[in-house]
Amino acid sequence: MDTVVDNQALAAAPAPWGRVRRSRYLADRVLKIACTLFTLLGAFVLGWILLMLLYEGIGGLSPAVFTETTPGPGTQGGGIANAIVGSLVLTTLGIVVATPIGVLAGTYLAEYGKGSVLATVIRFVNDILLAAPSILIGLFVYILMVQPMGGYSGWAGGVALAIIAVPVIVRSTEDMLRLVPGSLREAGAALGAPMSKVIVMISWKAARAGMVTGVILATARIAGETAPLLFTALNNNFWFSPTLMGGVSNLPVTIYQFALAPYENWRELAWAGALIITMSILALSVVARLILRKDRIR
Amino acid sequence: MQSVRRRTSPVFDQGFRWASYGSALIVLAVLAGIIGTMIYGGWPAFQEFGFGFITSSIWNVGGEQFGAWVAITGTLTSALIALVIGVPISIGIAIFLTQLCPPWLRRPVSTVIELLAAVPSIIYGMWGLFVFAPLFANYVQIPLTTLVEGMPIIGTILYARVPSGVGMLTAGIILAIMIIPFIASITRDMLDQIPSILRESAYGIGCTTWEVVRHVLLPQAGVSIIGAVMLGLGRALGETMAVTFVIGNANRLSLSLFDPSSTIASRIANEFNEASGLHMSALLALGCILFVVTFIVLALARLLIARVKTP
Repeated sequence: MDTVVDNQALAAAPAPWGRVRRSRYLADRVLKIACTLFTLLGAFVLGWILLMLLYEGIGGLSPAVFTETTPGPGTQGGGIANAIVGSLVLTTLGIVVATPIGVLAGTYLAEYGKGSVLATVIRFVNDILLAAPSILIGLFVYILMVQPMGGYSGWAGGVALAIIAVPVIVRSTEDMLRLVPGSLREAGAALGAPMSKVIVMISWKAARAGMVTGVILATARIAGETAPLLFTALNNNFWFSPTLMGGVSNLPVTIYQFALAPYENWRELAWAGALIITMSILALSVVARLILRKDRIR
Repeated sequence: MQSVRRRTSPVFDQGFRWASYGSALIVLAVLAGIIGTMIYGGWPAFQEFGFGFITSSIWNVGGEQFGAWVAITGTLTSALIALVIGVPISIGIAIFLTQLCPPWLRRPVSTVIELLAAVPSIIYGMWGLFVFAPLFANYVQIPLTTLVEGMPIIGTILYARVPSGVGMLTAGIILAIMIIPFIASITRDMLDQIPSILRESAYGIGCTTWEVVRHVLLPQAGVSIIGAVMLGLGRALGETMAVTFVIGNANRLSLSLFDPSSTIASRIANEFNEASGLHMSALLALGCILFVVTFIVLALARLLIARVKTP
């Protein structure tokens, strides 16, 4: 429990064996002010970034942004509809590939493997992947898929995003399954249910909210990833081909290319795209938190 | 109970077990695959330049001469700057959240700090380049440069030849902002785990908050805070998009913190799509070095913070 001790009163009132010395009081003051300022600074930076996005991005938000495709160099107007749809497709592809793998691997760690050496190793490897530089995952998928398949493709982009999403889902799934009390599983096993049934019907059900949260957080994580897409899905100015072969337009890479371009309308579109993607990701993160919170309260 | 039995065949039970086992092995395979492709792809460059690949600072695409030294020092320097700025702030935030913050304010404040981690890195890059860099150039670089010009050592470190706002220090500052939420939230969790009886007894004998933090909390959580810092370092080393926007992408060694430079990740991001042959191999070799360094850092981090929740 939190005990908030009022140190001002502590400093003012004489302790039984004497007064709090001035230097001690000063050090305490400095610490408190510094910590509060640092926290305000963190909140201030977030506010600053969001306000800047609104300020720069909202002017560029027009219906054309959502209906027209990205303009070529030097042409006027245009939108980022193809990039928005492409991003949705790539993110969906990534999460559809990652969810079963992540959930099952997390289930292995929490239910089957538990204390085994293999599970310990995989848990460690998963933690490394969770924080591994995403650009290296782009390089890996480039060698794995782009080179053999002879060109950039949406499939490669989806796989790269999936590789980033899997560790997030593994981690949250395992953490949530570990919170499920063992007595629930024992009750299921006592009814004669096989292990798979106990896991699917009891453990998964009990941990459902947490697992969904993990998937949402993974979606939020990959939706804004740029580096791994640079070498896999790349980008183009058109709608993606239905086979997902060739470059697939997506928001992050479009923002990257347009923000640094010398054309006025490109920069405006980059800001509009940045606003759209950041707001979507923050909304996803907040929703994930709310789901978990609601579940905890219940 | 009957229905439980009837609908689950032993085949499903076994299949489920093997599917989860297989999925867990995929995680292993991915890491092995990353190591494998980096070594395989970078091999020609390592073979061509040998140890000189690491120590040489020549990066000449046309002349097929590649040395990683500038990118390596750029990566390490920017990450170091990020730690110097970010660590005190992160620990301060964690102390605020666990010791000073009124209970009703805890959740909103931690949510705000954690949302900083959710903002995509490309947004930090845009913010850094278009908003932060001009302000930094006008209000920090130009005054400082006129102030320190001609001074020994400081005059070199803080002298901006072209005060454009982009450069090593800007990259370090942006990285600091990006790693603060990670270090702060892990440190907060670690501080929360310290039994409250320790704190309360320290307060009980008349300690001030500063003394409780200094003599009780930090020694207790010390090792895991170092782990959290290493985790932040791992992220700072590999961060790509934000750094690519603000570091200036120049291949030159400079003692000035205001001069443009490049990191391993920013160089790969900038050059990979136009690379082929030995150039591409050199970039993959860079990736290999980055992977080895971050792997060591992250592994140490994991050993130090046995197991805490990351957002």
